[in-house]
Amino acid sequence: MIQSHATAEEIHGHPALQHHFENMEQQREAGTLGMWVFLVTEIMFFGGMFLAYTLYRSTYPQAFASASNHLDITLGTLNTGVLILSSLTMALAVYFTQVGKRQPQILCLVLTLILGLTFLGVKAFEYYDKYESALIPGHLIPSHPFDPHVHHEGDPPNPHAIELLPGATLRQVELFYWIYFAMTGMHALHMIIGAGLLTFLLIYSLKGRFDPEYHSPVEIIGLYWHFVDIVWIFLFPLLYLLGRHFGHGG
Amino acid sequence: MKAEEFELPPPSRVNYLNATYGLKSWLLTKDHKRIALLYLGSITFFFFIGGLYALMIRLELLTPQGDFLQSTTYNKVFTQHGIIMIFFFLIPSIPATLGNFLVPMMIGAKDLAFPRINLLSWYIYLIGGVITIYALLAGGVDTGWTFYTPFSTTFSNSYVVATGLGIFINGFSSILTGLNFIVTIHTMRAPGMTWFRMPLFLWSIYATSLVMILGTPVIAITILLLAFERVSRVGIFDPALGGDPILFQHLFWFYSHPAVYIMVLPSMGVVSELIANFSRKNIFGYRFVAFSSLAIAVFGFLVWGHHLFVTSQSVYAGMIFSFLSFAVAIPSAIKVFNWTATLYKSSISYDTPMLYALGFIGLFTVGGMTGLFLAALALDVHLSDTYFVVAHFHYIMVGGALMGYLGGLHYWWPKITGRMYPEGWGRFSALVIFVGFNLTFLPQFVAGFLGMPRRYHAYPPEFQVFNVLSSAGASILGLGMLIPAIYFVWSMRYGKVAESNPWHLPGLEWRTQSPPITENFDVTPVVTWEAYEFAPPEETEIIGKFGSELEQPA
Repeated sequence: MIQSHATAEEIHGHPALQHHFENMEQQREAGTLGMWVFLVTEIMFFGGMFLAYTLYRSTYPQAFASASNHLDITLGTLNTGVLILSSLTMALAVYFTQVGKRQPQILCLVLTLILGLTFLGVKAFEYYDKYESALIPGHLIPSHPFDPHVHHEGDPPNPHAIELLPGATLRQVELFYWIYFAMTGMHALHMIIGAGLLTFLLIYSLKGRFDPEYHSPVEIIGLYWHFVDIVWIFLFPLLYLLGRHFGHGG
Repeated sequence: MKAEEFELPPPSRVNYLNATYGLKSWLLTKDHKRIALLYLGSITFFFFIGGLYALMIRLELLTPQGDFLQSTTYNKVFTQHGIIMIFFFLIPSIPATLGNFLVPMMIGAKDLAFPRINLLSWYIYLIGGVITIYALLAGGVDTGWTFYTPFSTTFSNSYVVATGLGIFINGFSSILTGLNFIVTIHTMRAPGMTWFRMPLFLWSIYATSLVMILGTPVIAITILLLAFERVSRVGIFDPALGGDPILFQHLFWFYSHPAVYIMVLPSMGVVSELIANFSRKNIFGYRFVAFSSLAIAVFGFLVWGHHLFVTSQSVYAGMIFSFLSFAVAIPSAIKVFNWTATLYKSSISYDTPMLYALGFIGLFTVGGMTGLFLAALALDVHLSDTYFVVAHFHYIMVGGALMGYLGGLHYWWPKITGRMYPEGWGRFSALVIFVGFNLTFLPQFVAGFLGMPRRYHAYPPEFQVFNVLSSAGASILGLGMLIPAIYFVWSMRYGKVAESNPWHLPGLEWRTQSPPITENFDVTPVVTWEAYEFAPPEETEIIGKFGSELEQPA
């Protein structure tokens, strides 16, 4: 990969070229590779949680199925659709930036941002529902600790509203919800950061900073956005669709 | 012919150190060389704090009774020694200082690919360091640097969360440094600088960066889960809550074993440079040495289970991990054999850096060979958690990583500061450090083999002789470390002014002035020579106008 000097003079005047790069092509290549390497670190980061998930799902399959049955599959599916759509608008935003069409580029960025925020709103609604059903694990909310005791007939109704499959305990259900909150919470945090990055892109686009020669920030943040979507594509079946074959009521 | 003129260069000569002035020009710098110096200052600070803890440990162990420290204090002292030395000194040591300084210079680039991220990584390191220091001052942490659960999550009454937060934050500095190096080496090499013309130091740094970006995120999420578990009593790692403490050990060692290679691989890179350059001979088997770095990085990720031989880990998994741990010795041995073969029939000069390099080979070999004892399933049951383990990893981390770091610091000191260190003192301190080190840790092998456990502040009296020897060695080692600290500072002002190429070497970093200009080279160099292609000194082409008028060695 010897850097070409031929094009250096032609492009050297571009205002976005940083001093230590020879030309725009080298700068774009470095930025893109940097994001790919960063995404590798993200895979490893989420990997730790996927490992914990795998271990406990295989150790406590009934508890995981029982707990998963309580997640709202409609909202989960809706959110999956929202994210896939946002990936499409993001990809279109990259395309319109590359060909230099500013109006549709800005429109697509706005759409992506709105879809991202929609996802977060639905997620917040789901979290609230878990709060209502007293499914927040441990003492994450100190005034609202998880109650692992099984309720018997005659007791007040089980606040968790979880139908336990044979062999499952509420302690194990709590573990599922801890992994659920850790994974979806970390994913939501990435979505929030992504929304911030989109806002930055939007401001720069409105100022007209991007052109067909300089569009790598859009591409690079696009990569990040797609990655966060893909994480969800894995989370959705692993968390929501598990144990559907048991049918309701075990 | 112009040589005399440049023995006393005009003080106005511009370089990266005097290009701009003021605190702000340093704290907001994006120059990789200045950031390297910022790191150098900070890790030296942490090194001496970690060293103080080490001296406290050795002082306590001078006598069999626990008379200097209480058991709880002692637990904190060895924990904090480990945490500071590993996370805040050894892991950033060579990559963040020499790596930061040299990676762009060795490939003929003006800077790293992401200068702002580079500066950010230093601030992240500082924030992590400050939080950790806060935790130490507030009351310390007593879990051992390994943070094993459920002790760390449930039972320890110390500042586990604050320390964990410090390490978590510091990890991102490591990730960003590794990311920056990988991208820089891929995309910023000068024309003609092919992969196989790169100095071996860069191959080592590249392999290290791979370990950094693949391993560090795992310790980040592990510590995050641990902190949540401690605060909120949710239990992935807590058996009382249905969790599995062994999962923590797997996740922890998945990073922390490769982390050993983060410490020692850059040192191996430095030693490859030193051996080739001070024996003035092309390295024997360049490609083998280069690929063995990558092999160590890859194999290093497959051996973490040898830390779990005495847990409930399946014995079959243990057998595989044992086999793989033996396998990682192969690329390490390739390096040692190639260095030795390079020395054969070469013209060796025993300057200070070379003394460290030769010390490294011997000490690393001892450390590596004793590692094979610990990789053997049955023997490890006897040696686990004894001083044998302590001695083994200090031979790798101090005898290996630290020796390489000091050797490299001496070797590139004239390039970094433009001044020579005092050679006589350099050789003297290298010998003192070597003797002090061996006196400290050799007896620990024996004590450990006889059954002295680690992490106790008191021990049976029959082990005292080994501990007295060890403590005596530690004091010599400590003094030996002070000497370079003093003369390095001294030499920055009073040292002999260095030539651009004091060792008469072909590498790109020697073909620009000392200290270099902010952009490293006047013109982007075009590389037409192989690494370690030793030409007669007068034929070593100096690049750029500074270089060309600077120096024509007579």
